[in-house]
Amino acid sequence: MISARISQKIAFAVLLVFTIIVLVPVIAILGVLVKNGISSISWEFLSEMPRQGMRAGGIFPAIVGTLLLVVGTVLVALPVGVCAAIYLSEYAPKNRLSRIVRLSIVNLAGVPSIVHGLFGLGLFVLFFGFGTSLLAGWLTLAVLILPVIITAAEESLRAVPVELREASYALGATKWQTVRKVVLPSALPGIITGAILGIGRAAGETAPILFTVAAFYLPHLPGSIFDQVMALPYHLYVIATQVPNVPKELQYGTALVLMTLVFGVNLVAIVIRYFYLRTFRW
Amino acid sequence: MVITLPERVESMTPMKKTPKVVVENLNFYYGKLHALKNISIEIEQKEVTALIGPSGCGKSTFLRCLNRMNDIIPGIRVEGRILIDGCDIYSRKADVIQLRRKVGMVFQKPNPFPTSIYKNIAYGLKIGGQHSKSEIEGIVEEALKGAALWNEVKDILHKNATALSIGQQQRLCIARCLAIKPEIVLMDEPTSALDPISTCKVEELILDLKSNYTIVIVTHNMQQAARISDRTGFFLLGELIEYGETKKIFTNPCDKRTEDYITGRFG
Repeated sequence: MISARISQKIAFAVLLVFTIIVLVPVIAILGVLVKNGISSISWEFLSEMPRQGMRAGGIFPAIVGTLLLVVGTVLVALPVGVCAAIYLSEYAPKNRLSRIVRLSIVNLAGVPSIVHGLFGLGLFVLFFGFGTSLLAGWLTLAVLILPVIITAAEESLRAVPVELREASYALGATKWQTVRKVVLPSALPGIITGAILGIGRAAGETAPILFTVAAFYLPHLPGSIFDQVMALPYHLYVIATQVPNVPKELQYGTALVLMTLVFGVNLVAIVIRYFYLRTFRW
Repeated sequence: MVITLPERVESMTPMKKTPKVVVENLNFYYGKLHALKNISIEIEQKEVTALIGPSGCGKSTFLRCLNRMNDIIPGIRVEGRILIDGCDIYSRKADVIQLRRKVGMVFQKPNPFPTSIYKNIAYGLKIGGQHSKSEIEGIVEEALKGAALWNEVKDILHKNATALSIGQQQRLCIARCLAIKPEIVLMDEPTSALDPISTCKVEELILDLKSNYTIVIVTHNMQQAARISDRTGFFLLGELIEYGETKKIFTNPCDKRTEDYITGRFG
C-alpha cells in the first residue's frame, strides 16, 4: 500500500505534468513563429502594399481587411446576440421550444467553419446578391460567432443575483426597466468577454471568409461595404500554398502578425474586464 | 425565558381605527405545496406588526403576498383576498407597479445596487418618471435623513454603496424604499444579517417610522418583536395560530403552541 501522503504527491505531480504538456504546443508555436518571422517584421512590412505577386512588400491591406472584418462582425453580432440572450434568459418560457432553441444555438457553435462559409456564399453572396463583399463577410462571420456571444451573455445574465432583481421590482420597476437598468449593467463584464472571444474567433477564421469576402490579391483598400478585402488568415494560406517562391520569412512574419493581433485583442478584453470589475459603475 | 417588555405598549388608543390591510382567507400554493392556510388578519394603520414563527412557517411568504413579490416565482397560486385601503390587490384590475410603490419592501440581506449611494435612491424615482435633478436631490437627502443615514454619508453620496458597512447598507435600502413614499413598509428579517449595534439603530429607526408608515416586520428574534411591535402574529406550518397585541401574546398567549414557541420550548 502507498500511504495517502505519497499518493497525493504522485497525483499532484501527474497533474502538473499534464498541465505542462498543454503548454508545450502553445509555446512551441509561438517560439517557431518568433524565431522565423521576427526578422521580417518592420514598419514597411506592416504599412506597405504587397509587391511582386506578394513575394515582397508588406501586408498592410490584409491587416486593415482583418480589422474591418472583426469590427463589422462584432457590430452585427453583438446587438443580435445580446438581444437573443436577454430573451432567452429573461423572457423565454421554460418549455420545449426554448430548450430546442437553446440546443440549436449550442449546436451552431459546433458546425464546421467551412459549412458556415458555404452557407454565407449561398445566402448572402448569391441569394441576397451582396456579391463577394465586406457585407457578406460580416454577416457570415457574425453567424459564426453568434453562439459564442449568446452563450456567454446568457450565462452572465443568469448569474445576476435574484436579490438585485427583487430590489428593483420592490421599487415598482417593470420587468423591462429591471432588465435594462439593473440586470444588463451587472452582466456587462460577461457580455464583453463573450464579444472578445468572438472577435478572436472572427479574426482567425479562414474558411468562412474564403468564398464571401477574401480577395486573393488586392493591393488597395476597400472603398465601400460591397468591396472585397484581403484578410490575414487567407493571405497566409495563399502565400503559404498558392503562390510559389514566397520567402519563408514573409510567411512566418504574416503568421506572427496574425497571432499577435488575436493575442492583443484578447489582452485588451482582459484589461477592459479587469478595470470594469474594479470600478463597477452604471 | 422571561421577555421584558418596554412600558410604551400601554398607550394604545381605545378608538377603533380602520385597518390598513385586511386579509381574508388567504391560501397560497407553491405548485402543490400548500404554504399558507386560510390566513385572515387585519393590519392596523401606522403600527408595527411583527410576524414570528419558526423557519419555513410561511411568514415570509405571507409578507411577500402583500406586495405581490411572489408573482415573480413561477407556479404559484393565490386564493382569497387581500384588501389594502379597501382595494383587492389580487383583482384583475390591480396594478402591481402602483401596488409596489405603495407597499415598499426591505429584504433580509441588504441588497443595494452596485452603484453610488445617490443612484441607489434615485433609481426608484427615475423609474417612476421623476427626472428633475433638483427634486431628486431633495428627495435623496430627505430619504437618507429619514433612514438616519444622512450624517454618515452626506459627503460620499457618489461613492459605491457596496463600500458601506452591512448595517449602513441596510439603512440605505430602507432609505431607498422611503424615497418612493410608500404607505406600508414590509421588512423581511431586516436585522438578521446585522451586528447588534446596527440592529439597534434599525430598531430605533423602525420606531421612528411608525408615526408615518404602517410597518409589517418578519423576525426570528422574539425580543425584537417584543421591543418594537404593537401587534404580533404567530405563524406555524402555514397557519396563523394567534394574532393580537404584542403585550398579550408575550405575556398571556391563548394558544399552547404560541406559549411553547415564545418560551423557547421549540423553534
